[in-house]
Amino acid sequence: MSESAEMIAKRDKVQLGFWLYLMTDCMLFTSLFATYMILRNSTNGGPGGSELFSMGFVLVETLILLTSSYVCGLANLAIHNGRKKEFVVYLGATIALGIAFLTMELTEFGKLIGEGHTPQTSAFLSAFFTLVGTHGLHIAIGLIWASVLIWALYRQGRQEDILRKFSLFAVFWHFLDVVWIFIFTIVYAMGVK
Amino acid sequence: MLVACTVIALVTLGYLLVHSAHFDVLQPAGAVAKSEKSLLIFAFSIMMLVVIPVFIMLAVFGWKYRAGNDKKIDYRPEWHEHKLLEAIWWGIPIIIILILATTTWITAHTLDPYRRLDSKAAPVNVQVIAVQWKWLFIYPDLGVASVNELPVPVNTPIHFTISADAPMSAFWIPALGTQIYAMNGMSSQLNLIADHVGAFPGYNTNINGEGYAKMKFNVYSKIDKDFSSWVESARKSPNMMDEQMLQKISQPSTMDGTSYMLMDNNLYNKVIMKYMKGTASDKDNSTTSMQHDMSNMEGM
Amino acid sequence: MDWQWLIGRMNLSYLPHEPITMGAAVGMPLTLVAIAAALTYFKKWGYLWREWITTVDAKRIGIMYGSVALIMLARGVFDALMIRSQTAVGGPGGSQLFNTDTYQQVFTSHGVIMIFFVAMGLMFALFNIAVPLMIGTRDVAFPFLNAVSFWLFFAGMILVNGSLIFGGFSIGGWLGYPPLTELQYSPGPGVDYWIWSLQVAGIGSLLSGINFFVTILKNRAPGMTFMRMPIFVWSVLVTTVLMMIAFPILTGSLALLSLDRLMGMHFFTSMGGGNPMMYVNLIWAWGHPEVYILVMPAFGIYSEIVATFSRKKLFGYKTMVIALIAIMFFSFIVWQHHFFTMGSGADVNAFFGIMTMIIAIPTGVKVFNWLFTMYRGRITFASPMIWFMCFAVTFTIGGVTGVLLAVPAIDFQVHNTLFLVAHFHNVIIGGVVFGYIAAITYWFPKMFGFHLHEGLGKAAAYFWQVGFLLSFMPLYALGLMGAVRRLDNYSDPSWIPFFIVSAVGVVVVGIGIACQLLQIAYSIWKRKELHATSDPWDGRTLEWSVPSPAPFYNYAIIPEVSRVDEWWYQKQEGVKAPKDSDYKDIVLPKNTSFGFVIGMTAFVGSGALIWHIWWLVVVSFIAIVVMIIMRTMDDFTEYTIPAAEVMRMDKEARA
Repeated sequence: MSESAEMIAKRDKVQLGFWLYLMTDCMLFTSLFATYMILRNSTNGGPGGSELFSMGFVLVETLILLTSSYVCGLANLAIHNGRKKEFVVYLGATIALGIAFLTMELTEFGKLIGEGHTPQTSAFLSAFFTLVGTHGLHIAIGLIWASVLIWALYRQGRQEDILRKFSLFAVFWHFLDVVWIFIFTIVYAMGVK
Repeated sequence: MLVACTVIALVTLGYLLVHSAHFDVLQPAGAVAKSEKSLLIFAFSIMMLVVIPVFIMLAVFGWKYRAGNDKKIDYRPEWHEHKLLEAIWWGIPIIIILILATTTWITAHTLDPYRRLDSKAAPVNVQVIAVQWKWLFIYPDLGVASVNELPVPVNTPIHFTISADAPMSAFWIPALGTQIYAMNGMSSQLNLIADHVGAFPGYNTNINGEGYAKMKFNVYSKIDKDFSSWVESARKSPNMMDEQMLQKISQPSTMDGTSYMLMDNNLYNKVIMKYMKGTASDKDNSTTSMQHDMSNMEGM
Repeated sequence: MDWQWLIGRMNLSYLPHEPITMGAAVGMPLTLVAIAAALTYFKKWGYLWREWITTVDAKRIGIMYGSVALIMLARGVFDALMIRSQTAVGGPGGSQLFNTDTYQQVFTSHGVIMIFFVAMGLMFALFNIAVPLMIGTRDVAFPFLNAVSFWLFFAGMILVNGSLIFGGFSIGGWLGYPPLTELQYSPGPGVDYWIWSLQVAGIGSLLSGINFFVTILKNRAPGMTFMRMPIFVWSVLVTTVLMMIAFPILTGSLALLSLDRLMGMHFFTSMGGGNPMMYVNLIWAWGHPEVYILVMPAFGIYSEIVATFSRKKLFGYKTMVIALIAIMFFSFIVWQHHFFTMGSGADVNAFFGIMTMIIAIPTGVKVFNWLFTMYRGRITFASPMIWFMCFAVTFTIGGVTGVLLAVPAIDFQVHNTLFLVAHFHNVIIGGVVFGYIAAITYWFPKMFGFHLHEGLGKAAAYFWQVGFLLSFMPLYALGLMGAVRRLDNYSDPSWIPFFIVSAVGVVVVGIGIACQLLQIAYSIWKRKELHATSDPWDGRTLEWSVPSPAPFYNYAIIPEVSRVDEWWYQKQEGVKAPKDSDYKDIVLPKNTSFGFVIGMTAFVGSGALIWHIWWLVVVSFIAIVVMIIMRTMDDFTEYTIPAAEVMRMDKEARA
C-alpha cells in the first residue's frame, strides 16, 4: 500500500519536529555538561573522578551501548526490507543490550553510594550523578519506547506506521549514543587523567 | 489638544519633583563616581543624536500623513526602499555604537572595581563581610572593626575586599561609585575614594532575605585627625570583634551601628574558608573571579 | 498508624495568616464556585467541554491563552498596586501595610505572573490566532501538542495562584537566585511552587516553539516562499528558534535547583562545593533570550499594523528580516550583562557590553523602517496605530536606558536599582504590552466577528501611556538617588514624593485596564452595532480574505500566493470567486480530552513534588507516560468534511 500525499507530508512534519526536539534535548545536555565542567573539582574535600572511576568498567558499558546502536541499525535494515521477524529479533537485542547497560550503570551508582559517595556529598558528585543519570533516564525511556514499538507491531502490524515510528526511535537511540561518547570523554576519560 | 496638555502637565510635574532632589549618582563625592557620571552623560548625549530626530519624525510624519490631510500628501503606496536613507540610518547608529563600544572597552578597564586608584595617599584596607542583615567592616591594619558604619579618611583610596556569610548580597555606595556582589566563599575587590568630608549612604542591592531593606550603612569620610580619633576610640571600645562576636552578629537580625576593637585579624579569611572547603580553591583557577580571589589572598 | 506519608508535608499551618492573602485564599475559590454555579444553571458544562476544553483548534486555544493572560494581568497589576502602595507609605516614620514576607512574595509573584502568564500567554494567544491564518493553512503542525502546551501553561497558572491559598510563594524574586532559594534559607514550599510552575509552563512553551517552527516551515500555502511571508510570521519564526534553544536551559537550571531542594544535592548551595554563580549564568542564558522572545513578535505586529494603517507597503522588507535574524543571533551572546557587577573582570564585561549595544543597531533600523512606512502613506489613527505611536515613544526611551545599562561602568552605578526596574518595564510595557494590546484590537474582529469599541480603546491607550510615565519615570530618578529594587521601606524622606507619584501611576494604569475590561464587556453587549466584515481594516494579508469570525476550518479553499501582501493586490486586481470544483475534502483533527488530562496530571504531579507526596509523584508520572503511549497508539485522530459540505458552509458564511 503506498502512502498518500498527506501521509508523507505528515511524516515529514513529525520527523522535523522530532529532530527539533532532539536539538532541544542537546541544549539540555549542554547545560548539564557545562555545570559538570564547572563543578568537577568541587569535591568538598573528598575524592574526585580519578579516585572513583573505573575505566575498565566504563569501557565495557560503552561497548555494550555502541553494540546496541549497531544492532539497532540492523533492525532498521530489516524493517526497511519488510523482514518483520528479523526486525523484532534485532530490536529485542537492542533492548537487551540497553538493559545490560543500565544494569551496569545502576551497579556503578550503587557501589559509589554504598561507599558513601552520594549525590549529597559534594557538588562534583551531584553533577556526576545528574549528568550520567539524565542520560540513563533517557535510555530507560528509549527502552520503554522500543518495547511499545514491538507491542504495536504485534497489535497492528502496519509496516508504514511502524517504519515511521521506528525511524524516530532509531534517531533517538543513536543520539543517546553520541551523548554517551561525550560523557565517556568529558566525565570518565578526562576525569581519570 | 489632550496630548499637548498632558505633556505639559507631566513635564511640569517632573520638574517639580526633580528640581530640589539630591541624586547621589549625579552629584558624586568621589573620583570613581565622577567618572561614571561623566560616562553616563556622554552616552546619553550621544544617543540623543538619533533619538531626537526620531521623535521629531514621528510627530511630523504622523501629523503630515494623516488621512485627513489628503490634499497635502504625496501618497505613494508602493514606495518601500531608498538606498541613501538606509545607508544613513545604518551608518550613523553604527558610528555611534563604535564610539560607545570603544568607550565601553576603555572604561571597563579604567573603572574595573579591582583596579587600584591613582593616588599619592596610601590606601586604607577594609574587609567587608555581608551577613544577614548588616554589614561588618574590618580594618585589619588598624585593629578595629565596625558594623554598619564605615568611617574613612577623606582623599584616601579605600581598598575593599568583600565577602559574605549570607545569601548573595551586593555592596554599594552610590555617592562614591561602583557596586559589587558579596558572595560566600568568594572575595571581590573594590577601590573607591571620597573627595570631600561628609556622610554618604550605602546599600545592599541584591535581595538576601527578609531583612534585606534594613541593610543600609553609612560612610563617614573624615579629615585625617577625625579619622584617627575614631580609630583610637574604637581600639579602646569594650566591644570585641572576634570569632564569637562574628557568630553572634551573623544570626539573622538587624542592629545599630557599633564600633569594635579587632581581636582576630584572620576573621575575613575564616569566613571565606568556611565555604571554600568544598570548592576548587586548590585545583582550579579557570574562572576569572577565582583568579581575583587568589590575588587577594596574596595581598593578605 | 502513621498516615503522614499520604499527604507529604502538608499541614494546616500552611494556610495564610496575612489579611490580603487570606482574602485571596477565600475569594478565589468562591469565584470558582460562583462560575461553576453559573455553568450549571445555564447548562453550559457540555458546551465548555466540547467547544473549549477538548478543542485542538488553534483559534480556540489562542482565545483561551488570551483569556487566562488577561485575568493574570489583573492579578499582576493588583500586585503592582500593593507594591507601590507600600513604597508610598514606606518612608521614615511610615507604616507597613503588610509584613515584609508578604511583600517579598508579592513582588516575586508579580514578576513571574507578568512574564510567564501575561506576556507569554498573550504571545501564544497571538501565535495561535494569527499564524495559521496568515500563512494560509488550517491549523498548526501538531494540533494535539498545541492543546497539551496550553494545558501545561494552565497548570503552571494554577500552581502560582494556588500558592496563595496554601503554602505561600517564593520570596526570591522572579529568577530565584540561590543560595537564598536553597533549603538553607528557604525551607518552605514557596520556592518549590515557583520552580514547578515555571518548569511546567516552560515545557509547554518549548513544545509550542517546536510546533510553530514546524508549522511555519511546513504549513505555508502554495507559493508562499519565505520572502513572501508576512513579517509577523518571520518574527514568530525567529522567536521559535530562540525558544527551542533557550527554554531547555531553563528546564535544566530549574531541575538542578529542584534536585538541590528535593534530594539535598549541591549544585548551588553555599556548602558542599555548590556554585551560585553557575546558576546566575544558566538562568540568564535563558533569561536574556526570553525577553527577546517576548518582544520580537511585538516588532512583527508593529510591522503589520504600520503598513496596514498607513495603507502602504512596509519599508524595507528584506532589511526587516535581516534585522530580526541579527537580533536573534545577538540575543544569545549578551546574557552576562545581567551581572556585570558579579566580578567577571574588565575583558569579559567589555565584550558582553559591546555585544549588547550592537543590538541597538538592527532595532533602530526597524524603527526607521516603520517611520518611513508612515512617510508618504495615508495614515488612519485607529487604536492599533495609536498603540504603535505610544510604543515608538516609550520603547525608544527604554532603548536609550538599555544602552546606558549596557556600558559596564555605568551599570556599576545603576544595577539592581529602581533605574533598572524602570528600564525593563519601559521596554516590556512599551514594546511587548502595547504591541500585544494593539494586536488584540487588530485581530479581535477576525476571531469574533465584531469590533472592540474604538473610543474605549483609545481611552485605554491614553491611560496606559500616562500611567506608564507616572509609574516609571520617577523610578529612573529614584535609582539615581540610590534607591535599590525590592525595598518595602527606606529612610530617605526625599524619596517619598517620587514613590507617591509612582503609586498614582499604577492607579492610572489600572484605569486603563478598567477601560479595557469595560471595552470587552461593552463590545460584547453591543456586538450587533459593532459588527465587523471579513476585512474591517482593508488589510494586506491573507487572514482578511476569510469571513469574520473565521470559520473553524480557516480556509474553505487553500489560497495560492505569488507575492508579499497577496490579499492587498488581489483586492486591487479583483477577487475571483471560487469555482465549485475548487472545493476539496477537508481533513481536520478530532477534539480530545488528553491535552486537558495531561495538563491536570502535570499540575497534580507538581503539587505532589512541592508537598513531598512521593507516591503521588510516581502515580502522576506513570499516568502521563501511559497517556502519551495511548495517544501514539490511537490511529483515529482525524475526521473528514466532504467537499460538498465545505462548499455549503463557505457559501453560507460569505452570504
